[in-house]
Formats: sequence, structure tokens, C-alpha cells
Amino acid sequence: MTDLATSTSAPVGTPAAPQRARSGRGRRVAVGLLAVVLLAVLWELVKLVVPDTGGHVLGASVLPRTDDVAMPHVWTIGQRMLEPETSAVGSPTVLSAMLQACWFTFRVALAGWVLGSVGGFLVALLMQRWTVAESALLPWVVLSQTVPLIALAPLVVGWGGRIHIGSFEWQRWMSVALIASYLAFFPVAVGALRGLQSPPAAQVELFRALAAGWSRTLLGLRLPASVPYLLPALRLGAATAVVGAIVAEVSTGTKGGIGRMIISYAQSASGDPAKPWGAIVGAAVLGLVAAGLVSLLGLGLGRYRHAEVS
Amino acid sequence: MSTDAGTTTHSMAAPGAAAAVVARGIGKTFSSRSGEVTALDGIDLTVAAGEFVSLIGPSGCGKSTLLRLIGDLDQPSTGELRVFGKSAQAAREAQDYGIAFQQAGLLPWRDVAGNVELPLELHGVGKKERAARAAELLTLVGLEEFAGHFPHQLSGGMQQRVAIARALAERPSLLLMDEPFGALDEMTRERMQTELVRICAESGAAVVFVTHSIPEAVFLSERVVVMSPRPGRITAVVPVRIAGERTEGLREDSSFFAAVTAVREALHGSGAIPTGTARGVDLR
Repeated sequence: MTDLATSTSAPVGTPAAPQRARSGRGRRVAVGLLAVVLLAVLWELVKLVVPDTGGHVLGASVLPRTDDVAMPHVWTIGQRMLEPETSAVGSPTVLSAMLQACWFTFRVALAGWVLGSVGGFLVALLMQRWTVAESALLPWVVLSQTVPLIALAPLVVGWGGRIHIGSFEWQRWMSVALIASYLAFFPVAVGALRGLQSPPAAQVELFRALAAGWSRTLLGLRLPASVPYLLPALRLGAATAVVGAIVAEVSTGTKGGIGRMIISYAQSASGDPAKPWGAIVGAAVLGLVAAGLVSLLGLGLGRYRHAEVS
Repeated sequence: MSTDAGTTTHSMAAPGAAAAVVARGIGKTFSSRSGEVTALDGIDLTVAAGEFVSLIGPSGCGKSTLLRLIGDLDQPSTGELRVFGKSAQAAREAQDYGIAFQQAGLLPWRDVAGNVELPLELHGVGKKERAARAAELLTLVGLEEFAGHFPHQLSGGMQQRVAIARALAERPSLLLMDEPFGALDEMTRERMQTELVRICAESGAAVVFVTHSIPEAVFLSERVVVMSPRPGRITAVVPVRIAGERTEGLREDSSFFAAVTAVREALHGSGAIPTGTARGVDLR
């Protein structure tokens, strides 16, 4: 009797599922855009309510100053982005310079993300395969993230500078990508390990009973089971790769990217307060775009995502 | 259907190639923090080819452990175990048996047909042949209309039937089942039992079936092996002599009740377990 009840309702659920997913995706995009608008409104609201000199309680400053130098109007920032970068003849607009810098950083971050994801996944495989490797490596994986990037950057640049293999020469951007990969590596390694270890004992024993070796079990069971863990980890890895690339650009002094742009624009903050915000907006959008692009990876993997964790 | 239990169980003669399972002096100890725990001790058991044998006993009597040893999911500490004349490991690698446990253990990202095809796919059977076999098996378990559904769209009973179809995929000559109907409601459970009897008759496979329901054991088996806990031992082997086919009508039959009484007495009457401690045995 119970079977009949589900059998009649089940076919109805099948075609409805993708439709629901699509409208859910549409709603998520709408909510995301709304959040951006809300942020702009909040920004203007703070400017309106908090006095120009900032909020003070008993003489101690608790809220930042809100004058036009510290917090330019949203529309001023927007307008500034459409104006030329400098007064020099033929200077590009802030927006186009920013987009160009973003494109540079994006490519470097992408290289770092790929490198970090592959590395993180391989480390997770190693840890899944041998328990000894897990107990030996996992503390180091966690420890690796406590080393400040700024301390690491000069080391990587120094080591890279000594690499000359044939006609290959270490480029500055490679140091940046390597540092970005160092950040992306962590969430992927941890997420992939959790995912690979996620199949319940019943399924693992089934594969054993079917005389499937480690690699067969990996491809047939552990890998598909890790998808709901891996996708959020890769998304997080993309965002951290962007942050890593920006910080690494600054600390290695690499030219051409958005990180360097933030620093150089900040120097003109007192005279041209809206200009540095253009670069900051660019960096934020870049992180969102990177994470969004990784989400696209999950589109074709619907059937593996029945229990996604984030 | 009745087998001569006396000779098959207790003959210590060299097992013929036909015997599905031969266990001699099997013991299993687990080491835990509080010392060694003896799960099984001195198990002697022979299951003939095509025979349906149930293992019954209170929780902790080692019946599931014994099944896991036969399936090479665990190794015995002492004794010798032969499955179709081979070691348990060789039998596992040769895919001589199929398993179905309490948890259906279906892969949620595969549809029903994909789950049934899994063993065949792992062993390199071609796509066409796989599809044909899956269709055949789904018809056998009455789920041919659900081939394209995913496990979460099925009820517990249907999932369990998919798991049984999967266990049968490679035409194993031995089925190892650990309370496969344990999580089902009574009505579904009885229907599944009837179906299992039919499926086994059609496939001719031997079955080692772990349960703690006396009527289930009696309805399904040709012999019921009664076990006692701490350490797990076989206390009695009750032959179930039932003439004719095992269908729904059997549940109302006097020979059925007689066998249920015999198993119950074997469970409670054996000196090893005082009546009050036979927990985990339900008398449904």
C-alpha cells in the first residue's frame, strides 16, 4: 500500500524538480542584486544620519567620519569611474583601467585557484587513502594557514627569482598565483577530504563485497559522493584565491593588477576621494564573479547535489 | 522442500563441492578498550547449495558477525571457513555471493536501473547486456516502471527491493542478507518475504538470512539456526518441514505454528539463555 502511494506521487515530482531549481536560481540572483542596492542605500543612510565628524560617545570616536572625503556619495563614485584616470592626454577612464586590472588579477587568481584546487584535492586523496597520511598531513594543512601571507610573499618571490630552467624564467605573476593557490588550497583540501570520507559504511562495504579496488571505489563511490562537499569548497577557494592574489600583488609589488591599483589610487584619496573606491568596488565584484563562475560548475552535476552542504 | 537437517548440519565429513558455506570451529574476538570480547565461539555450520538458512538469536549473539565473516567483510580469529570450496576472500573476489543489508545502501545519484547495474558495471559487463539484465531483475522485483526513478523517490520497501535486485544482478549462487526487511512495516515485510521465497526459488541461490523475527525465519527457511550470546554459539538447529509451496496461506497453517513454537522453544529453552534475557527477539 505504501508503495502505491509513493508511486503515484513520484512521477509528478520528477518534472517539477528542475523547474523549481531554475526559479530558485533566479530568485538567488535577484536577492544578490537587492543586497547590492541595499548596501548603497545603507551607505547613503549612514552619511545622512551620522554627523560629518563621526559618532562620538563621551569624547571617544565610535563611528567613522562621514564627510565627502571619507565617504563619497555612491553617485560620486559612479561618476568618477566614468571620468579619466589622470589629467594626462589619452588617459583611460577609471572604469576601463579598473576592468583591465581586474582582468589581470582574474587570470592570475584563476591560475592560483586551479593550482590550489588540484593540489588540495591530491592532498585529500592522499589523506583518504592512508590514515597515516591523514594524521601526518592534516595538522600541517591547518598550520599552513596560520602563516601570514605577507611574510610568505618575499620568500616566494626570492625563490622564484632563482628558477631558470632552459628558456623558462619565473615571472612575477607566477609568485602571485602561487600565493593565491596557497590560500585556495586549504578549503579544497578540507572539503574534498570530508566529501571523500562521506559515504556511509553500508555503501563502502557494498563496494568491498563487489570486489571493487580502491580506484574503482574512488570513481564509483567516493568521487560522486564528494560533489556536494567539493562544490562549496571550490567556490570558497575561488573567493580566497582572489583575496590571495590581491594581497600578494601588494606584498610582492606586482604591477598591472587590482591590488596594486588599490594602493596607488589610495595615495590620491585626500584630493580625489572617489577614485580609490572605484578600485575597491572592482576588487569586491571580482571576488563575487569568481565565486559565481565556479557555481556554474555545479549546473551539470544536479544529480550529485542531493545533499549539498555549505 | 524439507531437507534432512541431521545429516547436513552435523556431518563433519569433507564438504562436497556443492556446499555453499562450510564453517568449522569459527571464532571471532574483538579487542576493545575494556579487553577482548568474544563475539563468536566454536561455530560449525554447513549450508548446502540452494538451501535457505536463517540465523536467529537475541541482539549481540554474533549472527551478523558470522554473516560478515562469510562475506569476507571481516576475518575470523580462529577456525576455517570455505565458501563453495574456496576461502571467503577468494569467493568474494570471484563474486560468488550477493549482499543485501538492513540499509538498502543505494547510491543516491544513480537511478534505480543504474543501481541495479552497478555490480555489472564494476565488472565490465557491456552496456546493452547490463540494461537487459537490469530490466529483467526489475521485473522480477516488480519495479519495472521505476527504472528511471531516483532512490529518494521510492519508499523504504521499494528501495529494499532494488537492493535485492542488485544483489541478484550477477546471478550469485549465494545470497547474504542481514535483516533486509528490518526497517519495513509489517505489511510490506510479509509481502517482501513472499517475494523473496519466489525469487530464491527462481534463482536457485543458497541464502544465509539474519533476522530476529521468529515467524520470518520460519516462513523463509528450510533450517533455522538458533544462536545464543556472549559468546556467540549455535545452540540449536531447527529444521522447518513444510510440505508444498510457501505462500501467504502458510502463515495460517498449523505446520507453520508448530515450527514457530519449535524455534521459540529452542530460543528460550536452551540452557545458555535464561528466558528473561532473550532480548531483541521479537515474537511478531
